[in-house]
Formats: sequence, C-alpha cells, structure tokens
Amino acid sequence: MTSTPTIPPLTGTITVDAPAEQVFGTFTDGFGSWWPAEYHIGQTDMATAILEPRQGGRWYEQGTDGSECDWGRVLAWEPPHRLVVTWQINGQWQYDPDPAHASEIEVRFSADGPEQTTVTLEHRHLERLVDGQALRDGITGGGGWTSLLELLAKAATNPPAS
Amino acid sequence: MDTNGVDGLGLLGDPTRRAIFELLARRPSTVGELAQHLPITRSAVSQHLRVLKDGGLVVSRAEGTRRIYRLNPDGVTALRAYLDRVWAEALTAFGKAAQSIPTDPEQEDP
Repeated sequence: MTSTPTIPPLTGTITVDAPAEQVFGTFTDGFGSWWPAEYHIGQTDMATAILEPRQGGRWYEQGTDGSECDWGRVLAWEPPHRLVVTWQINGQWQYDPDPAHASEIEVRFSADGPEQTTVTLEHRHLERLVDGQALRDGITGGGGWTSLLELLAKAATNPPAS
Repeated sequence: MDTNGVDGLGLLGDPTRRAIFELLARRPSTVGELAQHLPITRSAVSQHLRVLKDGGLVVSRAEGTRRIYRLNPDGVTALRAYLDRVWAEALTAFGKAAQSIPTDPEQEDP
C-alpha cells in the first residue's frame, strides 16, 4: 500500500456583525436560505438544502420535485461554537456513501464581542474524494487558495451601504 | 477583454467558463453539445475550452470524428479549483444572510 498524497485543506474566514448564536443558527438551521442554489448535485433544480441539527444528522438537498440527494453527515454538533460535517460529493458530482471517501468541513464560530463573530471554515481531506493514484500530477498544479481568502477579505471588509 | 493571468480560480471566475465547467462535470461533451446549452457560438465555446485546457482543468480526446471534452481526470486541480469557487461564493452569501437578520434592540438585556 502506497501512501496517498494529501491536498492542502481549503480555508476561509469571514467576520459577521452578529452574535455567535445567531451566526451559528444561520449557518445550520438557515442553511437553505443562503447556500447558492446553483451548487447542487441532484437531477432536478434544488428547492432547498437541509442540515439536520444533531450529531449524526443528514446534510442533503431537496429538489423541486421532492427528491432528496445526500451531501454528507454531521460529525460534530457543538452550538454555537463548532460544527463538523462530511462532504461526500466526488469529482463526478455524485454522493459517495463510503466513509473512507468522505472529506470534512469544520466550521468554528468565535465571538469577537457580543455583536461580532468570526467564522473560520476548513475543508480538509480533499484527497479522499479522488482516487489516490490519480493524485500524482495534480498536487503541484496551480492553486487558488489565496484567491479564496482575498475574496473573503473583500466581502468581510466591504462596508455596508449607508 | 480580460487577458491577465488566468490560473486556478481565475479560470472559473468567468461565468461562461464556469457554466462550461459545470456542464462537463455532469457529462463529457462535444463543442456542439455545449453550445446547445449556452447562449454563445461554437467558436466562443471552443475559445473557452482552450483556456480551460491550458489551465489544466479540462482534457479532450478524439473519438472517431468527434472530439470529446471532459474534466481533467486527475481530479485534483479541477476539483480543488471548483470547491475554492464554491466556498468563496457560499461564504460571501452566508455573511450577507447572517448579517441581514434584524436584531431587535428591545430584546437586549439591560
């Protein structure tokens, strides 16, 4: 068995002017209200996406025809500080039920003050989503890590109008 | 026209290229098949495909007289670049949603 190369995790940070409880609630209970609807894997258009509020809960999309497609599972449920979910959507845009092929997303919510929360997201174990032997060439490919942070910084520092 | 440094995220920053990328993620296609789904000419599709190929996100192979395009099967560059884009947009949308819920000042504890 050869060792599988690892892909550096994706990370992102955003600061929100709201208390941690509210921010955690928006991220989880309100997941379907903000997740961009174009990012989905079902055959039909996505009506909403649901993150079940408990450890072991499902994370899935619901199509406009009522059909459901799994995305992953809730691994850690620690409101309002921390959330870990699996992302089991592979390169063919399909759900892969094999836990060995599950990447992980950890989201941390830290209160900077009563009305400000910093959200830190890490999407890790990306190498589990693709075949190990297929990784050789990709690792050294051009990266977009810094671009993500730049975008987030721009969004986070963008002063609200008025 | 935007010609400066296209790499990784930059490649998918263009909405048409992203649309092509997403169509190819769902199934390998020819230029003609892609053009049917997009409001642009086959020639424009070809130009975008060339950029995506040069950036390592897309590969092609000849099949008889047809040329089939698909995402780079090494998976990593394409998947990583795509997820990068997904999270950038998702977190931006999330930030707006989390902030837009009005907090009622009267609920504040004294």
